[in-house]
Amino acid sequence: MNQWSRRAFIGAGTVAGGGFLLGVAGFTFAPSRHSLVSADAAAKGQLTTWITITPDNMIDILIPHCEMGQGASTALAMMAAEELEADWSLVRVQEAPAEDAYANGYIIRAMGGGYVPAMLGRGVDYGAYKAMEWIGLMVTGGSTSVRGTGEWGMRVAGAAAKEMLVAAAAKQWNVPASECVAKSSRIAHAASGKSATYGELAPAAATESVPTSPTLKNPDTFTIRRTSAQRLDLPSKVDGSAVYAIDFTMPGMLYAALAIAPVQGGKLVAVDTAPADAMPGVKKVVKLDEAVAVVADSFWRARRALAALKPEFSDAGHGAVSTDSIFAAFDQALGPAPAVPKNAARTITADYRAPFLAHATMEPMVCTARVEGAGAETLAEVWAGVQDPLNARSVAAKALGTDVHNVRLTNFMLGGGFGRRLPFTFDYVDLGVRVAKAMSPIPVKTIWTRENDLQHDYYRGAALSRHAGALDANGTPLAAHSNYTGGGNDEAVFMPYKIAEMAAEEKKAPHAIREGQWRSVLNSQHGFFKESFIDEMAHAAGKDPFEFRRGLVTEQPRFKAALEKAASMSGWGTPLPPGEGRGIAVCDSFGTICAEVVHVAVSPEGQLKVLNVYAAIDCGDVINLDGATAQAEGGIIFALSAALLSEITIDQGQVVQTNFRDYPMIHIADAPKITTAFIRSDAPLGGLGEPPVPPLAPALCNAIFAATGVRVRELPIRKTSLKKA
Amino acid sequence: MPITLTVNGKAHTLDVEPEMPLLWALRETIGLTGTKFGCGIAACGVCTVHLDGRPVRSCVLPISAADGKTVTTIEGLAPDGVLSKVQQAWIAHQVPQCGYCQSGMIMAVAALLAATPKPTDADIDAGLTNICRCGTFARVRAAIHDVANSTDGSAS
Repeated sequence: MNQWSRRAFIGAGTVAGGGFLLGVAGFTFAPSRHSLVSADAAAKGQLTTWITITPDNMIDILIPHCEMGQGASTALAMMAAEELEADWSLVRVQEAPAEDAYANGYIIRAMGGGYVPAMLGRGVDYGAYKAMEWIGLMVTGGSTSVRGTGEWGMRVAGAAAKEMLVAAAAKQWNVPASECVAKSSRIAHAASGKSATYGELAPAAATESVPTSPTLKNPDTFTIRRTSAQRLDLPSKVDGSAVYAIDFTMPGMLYAALAIAPVQGGKLVAVDTAPADAMPGVKKVVKLDEAVAVVADSFWRARRALAALKPEFSDAGHGAVSTDSIFAAFDQALGPAPAVPKNAARTITADYRAPFLAHATMEPMVCTARVEGAGAETLAEVWAGVQDPLNARSVAAKALGTDVHNVRLTNFMLGGGFGRRLPFTFDYVDLGVRVAKAMSPIPVKTIWTRENDLQHDYYRGAALSRHAGALDANGTPLAAHSNYTGGGNDEAVFMPYKIAEMAAEEKKAPHAIREGQWRSVLNSQHGFFKESFIDEMAHAAGKDPFEFRRGLVTEQPRFKAALEKAASMSGWGTPLPPGEGRGIAVCDSFGTICAEVVHVAVSPEGQLKVLNVYAAIDCGDVINLDGATAQAEGGIIFALSAALLSEITIDQGQVVQTNFRDYPMIHIADAPKITTAFIRSDAPLGGLGEPPVPPLAPALCNAIFAATGVRVRELPIRKTSLKKA
Repeated sequence: MPITLTVNGKAHTLDVEPEMPLLWALRETIGLTGTKFGCGIAACGVCTVHLDGRPVRSCVLPISAADGKTVTTIEGLAPDGVLSKVQQAWIAHQVPQCGYCQSGMIMAVAALLAATPKPTDADIDAGLTNICRCGTFARVRAAIHDVANSTDGSAS
């Protein structure tokens, strides 16, 4: 097992180090990133790092992002294929291996002149431009795949490969390159009547040098982008053949079930292993610092034996923490409502409350590992589903006290990500390799139960936000201020409205619950806060909530267009039966503006039915129209389930919820009809995985108010009686 | 006492504890990993398979309850490599996103359509309680109606 083939794939010495990173400030695409090819590139038809054309004229595109259902692999392939002038039916994709060469942190960093997605802000010193800190990322998150890798990577790679194919054809036929036309995976020269497929030309093209600044297509000539392509990962997802990390298996493999200290930071104090030792199939009870694992010849047997144990854990001094204590500290930190102008005709104040939330990916956390050797000589193979294979590899290496290059990590399709499998949240990899180390050299698959998953998440943070607004006698807003706990950033608190005084200030109230990034990150709380409050201001002004907003975005054409589109799609202003109402909200996140109108019906008893959601989205342009629509639908349902039902609570320092019975999800019966429209603008490409999430909760609560007069200021909505006020 | 059952047309004799859930016997003993583990308490439906043609949540069904019976998993829906109508509709409507819940969703829908070939929206709401975190419900509904409205309405 000490024969690693890793180096063999990439030409020796071609891995870019800090040099190109230092050049990132005024970003030009580093050609070195496109010319990492294997020694036998010509034989294989590998034209650039990312694109290989095989003799049978198939195009293989390496994707440096994971596929978790967001359709990024298909969209990225479309961006490359478009520039390559490929026949789309001849394109295949493959996820890039977890190797330094495929790090995409540099691409993300290059976006927007140094914009760094919020989820990378923690633990990454991007100011230092250190190779080790950036090259260690191969992240899928922050809605960055298409607008980063696609725009700066795949398009350039496709265009470069096309120019290499043209150059090869021109040489072969002894004609000017300018007379050669690429179309549908074929180069043709009209005057001589010569023509050849990409597969025929690839070996010669691969010997051409990679152009450093190939010409990109004019969007008006796109034939692949902007269409609806079938997702390339779907066939395997309807017949059971798709392999997720939980499905990986190898001969001799054992299975582990875990009990982790119920209070985060707690340690294993004592456990009598005897009851498990004696049970069928059990190989070993492994004591770890913060957990105990039972390793057995089947997961069910491991889990059954674990249930026979009564491990004792410490509580890290957090045994008195509760949801109530956290919110009491929030309340105290916020103090009185922010001050507003004294000359206002009308002032309003409101508090909004957002709970802790779990990701609850359908596939629980899983890590299989095989560890061999000891100390710095430790070698390991790891199989897991992660949103950042390179950081996950580092976590494994650190846990084993070995160099990252002694760890080989294989990633899989993810059974949901939503931010749970991002850098700095790889506790499941950390625990998995430590269990495997204890069983070395036997491979062990550690499977988290749903209980493990819900009780040991990196939660979407709880937050409390205290708002104060002021209006003049005409109902014109003079001020909108807020103080909030739970974290924020400029993007999350941004309001597009023209109001003379606007401020949002964070008040710190730290607590012991560990937090992570949850689909749309801080926008998920702040979207609810700010778009609920502006709605309350509209009603206080006696104005229609849509018209009120529209009047305040006259200098923000993208916001105005999105609001108007969502309103017109929904029939805003047309009469509704009693008990029904519409609510609107608009948020800007990850470079995309999304306006949503929610249409609800509330029975006299307070029973809520969400009937329709209309989304108008300006993400600049769409790549795969149907894939983009699916992302909008998915984001809306994800947000709706959370808004209606989801809450993680804390008691005695522990998470109370254990499974889908007490952390329920909506079903098909609860799913509204969703209508999506995309607005094409001249804005740079925005993200799509996350932006449909933030406006949903406020638009829904605003609709409930319109239907009932009940203002919901706390999520989830089920905690508030909706009986007509 | 060995358990004998037929899975996707193939007979298996398993020497496992009678209380082991069918899910783990399928995944780890027989090696059919298309059926997924999601909650272990029959709450999410990702482990749905057919037992003598009826949908069951295999994560809580003891293998002893399958003794002498016939089990169909997602791998058995297209035995000759020809996708069933439900699977075809799943592609046509581009239903899956992450796909992890879809084996169970497809099995639940196939059973629903077998029992109710022309389901109303209310039938779908009442009969389908699988969880999908990616939020594919609208496409699931559209795909079901598509299958129901096609030709003879049979789901196979």
